[in-house]
Amino acid sequence: MPTQVIMPQLGESVVEGKILRWLKREGEPVRQFEPLLEVETEKVTTEVTAPADGVLLKIYFPEGVTVRAGTLIAMVGRPGEPVPGRPYRVGHGGEIEPLEEAPVAAPAAGAAPPASELAPAGRREGSPRISPVVARMAAEYGIDLSKVSGTGEGGRVTKKDLLAYIERMQLQPAGASTAPREAEPPPWEQPGTGELFRPTEEVLQAAPAPAAPPAPVALPPPPAAPAMPYEILPLTSMRRAIAEHMVRSKHTSPHVTTVFEVDMSRVMAHYEANRAAFEREGVRLTLTPYFIMAAVAALKAYPILNSAWTEEGIRVYRVYHIGVAVSLGEEGLIVPVIRNADTYSLVGLARAVQDVVERARKRQLKPDEVQGSTFTLTNHGVSGSLFATPIINQPNCAILGVGRVHKRPVVVETLQGDALAIRPMVYLALTIDHRIVDGAQADAFMSKVKTVLEGWA
Amino acid sequence: MPEKTLIEAIREAIDEEMARDPRVFVVGEDVGPRGGVFRATMGLWQKYGEWRVIDSPLAELSIVAIGIGAALNGFRPICEIQFADFIHPAFNQIVNEAARFFYRSGGVYNVPMVIRAPYGGGISGGLYHSQSVEAFFAHVPGLKVVVPSDPYDAKGLLKAAVRDPNPVLFFEPKKGYRLIKGEVPDGDYIVPIGPAKVTREGSDLTVFAYGMMHYYALQAAEMVAKEGIDVEVVDLRTLAPVDKATILNSVRKTGKALIVYEDNLTLGYGAEVAAILAEEGFEYLDGPVMRLAGLDVPGVPFSPPMQDFFMPSPQKIAEAIRRLARY
Repeated sequence: MPTQVIMPQLGESVVEGKILRWLKREGEPVRQFEPLLEVETEKVTTEVTAPADGVLLKIYFPEGVTVRAGTLIAMVGRPGEPVPGRPYRVGHGGEIEPLEEAPVAAPAAGAAPPASELAPAGRREGSPRISPVVARMAAEYGIDLSKVSGTGEGGRVTKKDLLAYIERMQLQPAGASTAPREAEPPPWEQPGTGELFRPTEEVLQAAPAPAAPPAPVALPPPPAAPAMPYEILPLTSMRRAIAEHMVRSKHTSPHVTTVFEVDMSRVMAHYEANRAAFEREGVRLTLTPYFIMAAVAALKAYPILNSAWTEEGIRVYRVYHIGVAVSLGEEGLIVPVIRNADTYSLVGLARAVQDVVERARKRQLKPDEVQGSTFTLTNHGVSGSLFATPIINQPNCAILGVGRVHKRPVVVETLQGDALAIRPMVYLALTIDHRIVDGAQADAFMSKVKTVLEGWA
Repeated sequence: MPEKTLIEAIREAIDEEMARDPRVFVVGEDVGPRGGVFRATMGLWQKYGEWRVIDSPLAELSIVAIGIGAALNGFRPICEIQFADFIHPAFNQIVNEAARFFYRSGGVYNVPMVIRAPYGGGISGGLYHSQSVEAFFAHVPGLKVVVPSDPYDAKGLLKAAVRDPNPVLFFEPKKGYRLIKGEVPDGDYIVPIGPAKVTREGSDLTVFAYGMMHYYALQAAEMVAKEGIDVEVVDLRTLAPVDKATILNSVRKTGKALIVYEDNLTLGYGAEVAAILAEEGFEYLDGPVMRLAGLDVPGVPFSPPMQDFFMPSPQKIAEAIRRLARY
């Protein structure tokens, strides 16, 4: 793990510092406590020392830039260790433009810093501190704190932030809506007012505001189900996001899945022949790049599947951004996007896949790396599945599911007649949005995928 | 309502109580013809005579012991300790005798006595004329400890102390004697011992203080109000018994607490407030409970710059408020 270099708070009331001069260049070795850079604050100019032995891996801010205390400004670690990219880009005139709300200094007016400003330093190793009152209120209102932007120190969600969120979302404490109803006795238990001989329905309808539709009658609670032992697993933000996306997708697109089987003999031969060579280049070859290449070839043949439904019409993309589902184990899954997948060679794709998978597992993907796909690939075969019916990654038109490649006897046609052969076979499942395409186009697409894979050279 | 200084309000309370109740008398160093070093008893010797305004020897032990004996025999003594710094020789009388009499006698004897003492720094009084001693006594069950911070409360609380059936230590912020002015009605009224007072409503955080520090806390709150920080200020007024309800209610609202006192930080009275908040207000806290207090050094320095370095000031309080508000 590389060590973060954080802009220190150089005094009680000093909230930001200007990077005057980097005393080391990227790639230069540094020793712990050796001066790394010079920082100028309103009050002093001082040196910031290296937090650890190693190599200055990455400088995130150039000289002359003012950043807030607590901001990640550099990384120190072993040579070659991967570090996240810059959180900003350099504009046309050389000015610094934040990518998100990067920690470039706000005007000194003391305006509250944007929520994510301190995130690079504060959020990486876990969530920022949650105060007792915030924890209690979040529990009372059932709030997922990761959805609330914090204005406190280090991006902490303050009580005020939470109150503002509750007001904006018009939340009620869990249980609050039912409590008063329980306290109020049903109409037939209230003292009579001379209406005892009118039909009950009439009395009940007359009691609430007459213009409104009849209010639902409070029924006696159903007999309580027998208690069953259980435990509650708190919902993580990722779990919620997946749940929300899956439900929305199923509600949005009529799903149809078609399954093809593909003889992987030639792909496997190529894979076995080249794996070692790739390894020497530091690239781990998997089957995923083959499927991406086949899918891209089929998308080029049938561009209608490289599309999204919009109200103005079907948006057919001329770029091929392929989402690749990556499992994060129990935590969930994430779909990083390989942009312009059609421009890569097999080795390039293998490298790109390896990069996003590794960073996905280290939670180092940036938000824009997990959006903007035009088609998605999911490899459920890695966990043993033969075939599955994937759910579309919205707003894509289709998703290709890859099963386990497994050897089994198949009937092959030879010049000498039919024969039994042992072949590495795979089931490919394509789920389509039936609003956009029909089964025939889906099958044509799959035939193309099959042709590419079976004819791999 | 006429405006009076803190010391005028205190003198008025003593005067009115002596006029109201012939059992009330004053004993202390230089309280007689001289009227006390701070003029708290000015004119009273002339008005009530030497039997009710008694100049004592320079022996605090005996001032308090006289008070205890008189109280046990039906009088209502007001003992004046010239500076709180000199109360230590009387510590045994206060803690071992006055505080425990009622308990020890199974409720047969009580000690209705007031011990007044000017306390606190900021007047370049040096080590022997600047101390804050409230924490020693607030620690002892059987004693009430009152620290007023404005003239209205000072008069009402001192009258309540004189009429209280228990020994009451009444610590007066001497720097504020003539600095702090406020409207004080003529005639009799009581401010009950016990309740704290919200002296400034706010929503962002609460500053708890008493005595001189409360006066400073109000100034600091005004300073940061211009920056958009909305501070609630609570004047604790009575340190023993402590008003937990007001303390907890305020923090339930604001979620953050800063406690300011000029006594040394460690084990000062603010530590008790912090403990109350930690124990009974935990689920309402939205930030660390902070204390701003005098430094942990053996004495309040004599030299003005060093004294400033030691003492919390409106500026220091404002800075602590900003830090807590940012959290």
